[in-house]
Amino acid sequence: MARVLPLSEAVAELVHDGGVVALEGFTHLIPHAAGHELIRQQRRDLTLIRMTPDLVYDQLIGVGAARKLVFSWGGNPGVGSLHRLRDAVEHGWPVPLELEEHSHAGMAAAWAAGAANLPFGVLRGYRGGDLPARTRVAKIACPFTGEELAAVPALRPDVGIVHAQQADREGNVQLWGITGVQKEAVLASKRALVTVEEVVDRLEPRPGAVVLPSWVVDAVSVAPFGAHPSYAHGYYERDNDFYVAWDEISRDRDRFEDWIARHVRGTADVSEYRASLAAEAALA
Amino acid sequence: MSLNGFTADEMMAVAAARRLRDGTVCFVGIGLPSLAANLARRTHAPGCVLIYESGTIGAKPDELPLSIGDGELAETADAVVSVPEVFAYWLQGRRIDVSFLGAAQIDRYGNLNSTVIGSYEAPAVRLPGGGGAPEIALGVDEVFVMLRHTPRAFVERLDFETSLGDNVRTVITDLGVLEPRDGELTLVAHHPGVTVADAVAATGWDLKVADDVRETEAPTDAELTALRGLRTKGSD
Repeated sequence: MARVLPLSEAVAELVHDGGVVALEGFTHLIPHAAGHELIRQQRRDLTLIRMTPDLVYDQLIGVGAARKLVFSWGGNPGVGSLHRLRDAVEHGWPVPLELEEHSHAGMAAAWAAGAANLPFGVLRGYRGGDLPARTRVAKIACPFTGEELAAVPALRPDVGIVHAQQADREGNVQLWGITGVQKEAVLASKRALVTVEEVVDRLEPRPGAVVLPSWVVDAVSVAPFGAHPSYAHGYYERDNDFYVAWDEISRDRDRFEDWIARHVRGTADVSEYRASLAAEAALA
Repeated sequence: MSLNGFTADEMMAVAAARRLRDGTVCFVGIGLPSLAANLARRTHAPGCVLIYESGTIGAKPDELPLSIGDGELAETADAVVSVPEVFAYWLQGRRIDVSFLGAAQIDRYGNLNSTVIGSYEAPAVRLPGGGGAPEIALGVDEVFVMLRHTPRAFVERLDFETSLGDNVRTVITDLGVLEPRDGELTLVAHHPGVTVADAVAATGWDLKVADDVRETEAPTDAELTALRGLRTKGSD
C-alpha cells in the first residue's frame, strides 16, 4: 500500500546515491518537484533514465547529480538544445556523463518489457545507421519466420517517479491526458513514487485515464504545481515561455547555478519554488 | 526576410503542405512539419490525419503547439494512446502513410544525422539525437524531409548516420525541392527568387539537376492567409 508522505521524506527514503532512477512523463506531467527535491538532497552518481531528458534532467545533470543518462531524445522541445546536457557531454562539466542512447521506439519497447517482467523488448528497429554500434541492442531471429528483429534490454530502475493529477486517501493514483510511459515506468521499477496535484476522497473515472492501484506504489506525495514548467492536464497549461527562457538561463554556467541556488536550493518545497518564480517575475 | 511578399519559411511550409493528400495519415514533428501539416488540413486536405509521437491520434489543434505533447493536441485528438502503443501498434503496425523528418545533416541518399557534429565519443556539438526518426524513416512509405539548404547541412559525408534514406521521397528546403532520381537526390524545383545555381552552391556535394527542373508556384493568397492564421501557442 502506498503511504502518503511529504515529498522530502519520500525522496530520502526511496532514492539513494548511486541508484538507477527514472523520472518519466512524455512532455506532460513531468515530475519537476521530485527532480528539485533530488537536487536539494544532493543525490550523486545517479543513472538517470528518461526518454526525453527535458529541463528536469538538464537541471540534474547541470548540478552534477548524474554519472549516466539513458535516453532517446535530448532537446528542449520546440526550442533547441539542452545546454547543461551538452556541456556535460562536450566538456565533462560539472562531471563527465556516460550516455546510453536509444530510439524512441526502442526505449518504449524496453519500458514495456520492464513492466512485463521480460528480459528484453522486441521490435522492428535499429536497422542500419550508426546507432546500433553505440548502444545496447542485439539482433535476434524470429523463431517462427526467421525475420531479423532487434532486442533491447528491459528497463528495471531502482526507483520510478511520475507525477499525476490525483490520488485518493488510500494512495490509488489516476492520471489522464497524454499518458506517455508512466504506467510502464511505475510497473518496471522496484520502488515507485508518485507526486500528485491533489488528494481527493474519490477518483472519478476519466476517459483514457491510467489508474495505478495503491499496492503498486510505495509513496504518494502531494505537490501541487509539481510538473511546472511542464503541465497537468485540467490543472494548468504548459509554461511555454519558461521553456524558451530556459534556453538563456541554461546557456551560461554561472547563470544556471544562480537560478538553481535561488529557486531550488533556496526553497524548501514546490510552494516556495512557485513563490520564488513569481517574485522574480514581479521584479522583471 | 521578405521575398516577393512571403518568407523562405512560408515557401517551405506551403511547398510541403501541397504534397499532403486529403485523407493521408501523417506522423508530424514539431516546427515546420507541424506548420505544413496543419496548413494542409486548413486548405486542400481537411481529412489529413495528424499523429504526434506523444500518442495524440487525429489531433486538430487550433493553435500550433510548441511541443509534441501540448495539451491542445490531447484535447482535440480522436484518440490518445500511450507512447509504447503509438510506436508499436500505429507506426510499426504500418498504419501511417507519411512522415516528416528534420535533421542537422543530409547526404545525397537522404540519410540523416540528428545525433552529433564531430565524433560520437567527443562531439563538437551534441545534438538532441534520433528520437523517433530511426524507426519512422523505415516505418512509413513516404518520408518528407524539411531542412534549410546550406553546405553545412547538405554534406558529402554525414558525421553520424541517425536514420536511413531508403523511403525519403521529397526533400523540401528554403531554396527548392529535391527528389531521388536514379538513387540520388536531384533538384527538381527551385523556389521563386532562387536560381538553380543558388541551390547547387548551397549543396556540399555535386548536386544533380533534373532536366525538367521547374520553378515552384508561389504561395497563393489563400495559402498565405491560412498559414498566417496559424499561430504558435504561447507566442505573441
